[in-house]
Amino acid sequence: MRFADVAGFAVGALRGHRLRTSLSVAGVAVGIAAVVALTALGEGARSYVTREFTSLGSNLLIVIPGKVETTGVMPFGGVTHDLTLDDARAVSRRVPGVVRVASIAIGTEAVHWQDRSRSVPVLGVTASYQKIRQLEISGGRFLAPGEGEQGGNQLVLGAKAAHELFRGTNPLGRVVRVGSWRFRVIGVMAPKGRALGFDFDDLVLIPVKTAMQMFNRTSLFRILAEVESSGRLTPAKEGVLRLLEQRHRAEDVTVVTQDAVLSAFSSILGVLTLTLAGLASVSLSVAGVGIMNVMLVAVSERRREIGILKAVGAGNRQVLAAFLAEAVVLSTVGGALGVGLGALAVRIFVAFYPTFPASPPAWSIAAAMAVAVAVGVGFGVWPARCATRLDPVAALTGR
Amino acid sequence: MIELDDVCRSYRVGDSEVHAVQHVTFRIGGGEHVAIMGPSGSGKSTLLHILGCLDRPTSGRYRFRDRDVGDLSDEERSHLRQNEIGFVFQFFHLLPRLTAQGNVELPMLFAGVAPGERRQRAADALRAVGLADRAHHRPDQLSGGQRQRVAIARAVVMRPSLLLADEPTGNLDRSSAEEVMTLLEKISGDGRTLIVVTHDPEVAQRARRVIRMSDGRIVEEAE
Repeated sequence: MRFADVAGFAVGALRGHRLRTSLSVAGVAVGIAAVVALTALGEGARSYVTREFTSLGSNLLIVIPGKVETTGVMPFGGVTHDLTLDDARAVSRRVPGVVRVASIAIGTEAVHWQDRSRSVPVLGVTASYQKIRQLEISGGRFLAPGEGEQGGNQLVLGAKAAHELFRGTNPLGRVVRVGSWRFRVIGVMAPKGRALGFDFDDLVLIPVKTAMQMFNRTSLFRILAEVESSGRLTPAKEGVLRLLEQRHRAEDVTVVTQDAVLSAFSSILGVLTLTLAGLASVSLSVAGVGIMNVMLVAVSERRREIGILKAVGAGNRQVLAAFLAEAVVLSTVGGALGVGLGALAVRIFVAFYPTFPASPPAWSIAAAMAVAVAVGVGFGVWPARCATRLDPVAALTGR
Repeated sequence: MIELDDVCRSYRVGDSEVHAVQHVTFRIGGGEHVAIMGPSGSGKSTLLHILGCLDRPTSGRYRFRDRDVGDLSDEERSHLRQNEIGFVFQFFHLLPRLTAQGNVELPMLFAGVAPGERRQRAADALRAVGLADRAHHRPDQLSGGQRQRVAIARAVVMRPSLLLADEPTGNLDRSSAEEVMTLLEKISGDGRTLIVVTHDPEVAQRARRVIRMSDGRIVEEAE
């Protein structure tokens, strides 16, 4: 028996039972669509997070004061030295591979202009913060090199903060009050949006030294160090640790790479994707049981047909092939339909949430199709074997 | 061509053992036309199924063309059904979703005959039974007599040496029955063995040899 004839016979049999065929095709299609759509969402979440991280700069070392460790004798976890502007300068000068360094101090304070005031995060930074966080200026200028460390009264407004406070008035050159401190607006940032939940539009930026005085801090909140290339991240991290250990005479800072954070997130989200795929495959195996059901009904409904086939000389293997082919055709058509349906669902989702980069990954489409065919074969074997075991005389006489 | 030697066939129905065929022995030569007669339940259909390799005897020997069929595997038996044996049934047993043409092509499909040749041979067979113009009708669009003629075309399309008919006229009116029997005889005329199971004396009379069965045994053989 030729392959094309087996397929043709199977398709003919399926067309003869339209309702049953379309229902089981629908079952598989929904299962496959679920696999495709859910993995697309999982992958979308992953690339969303990745994009958020890269928009915060790449090849970054983040220096955090204090160290998480268990200590025995001292009740307060040891002495923590302040992270100072001098530390930042030293990192910038003495660690090979470090291209630029930004120091950050942070607090929240009300910003006043005329009768309006708005409570926003106040970020004390240095000039290189602009490059590291990839911020754009829409008017005026950012802090110049050195201004951050000197502690002047320059202030850069976030896009939303500028809009809320000034309502169309040009803020450049105006004097605003932050708490009881007076600042002159030297620049306004272009909108950047949120990154990892932090709104870069609704804040003000001032020199880091001024911020430390204003919030009465002796230690920096963070030091960001951008490294030349990702290959030099690890040695640079070591260098920063050693340098600060030397300066503080204790290992009292934590250095993380942004990539480490990213890859942690990425692997969490990878597990999420797999979980979603696992959930989806449950629905796929339900569809498989559906196929098995349909094929078993087909076998018992078509006993006479099987008897006839055997009487005209179909061998067991040919009957097996014919019924297996039906199951495979069912699941393959269902699979193809499901991939289309899943892709459509993802498109509709993206139409509602355009910022979410969901698209079905190629591997999930390939895997979904493979699973569909496997489901067809796997759940088709038993019914097909039932068909071959049928006694032709019993089948023909209806005994 | 056919040698049955003390063939028995029994099966269980519930608690009781049914002896459908008991100690049947006969020979049928090539090209013979034989009728097997008997009331229903006399075991004649079971005997026909054994002759057609659809069923196996419980005991005894069945030799077909000098081969012991009892020794053959399932695959070899289906090969035999495919190439050597044609069946005609009382209820026609056509596949309802296929056209007349498709039904006649069916045995060739499983034999692996190429599509072009298949179409040609099926058309020829339908012409031989006088249904060339009904080739693309489905069974439900055909009369009983026409359906049985399609079934005959299907039975002979592989050019078998043995033609088995199980009550071929049982579901037909007089004139269709007459037509179908004439066709069966004509088509088996060129050297095929024809065995017809019937309880209709008129159908049986047409055969050169009649085997009468009752309770699974042969009770009479007449030339």
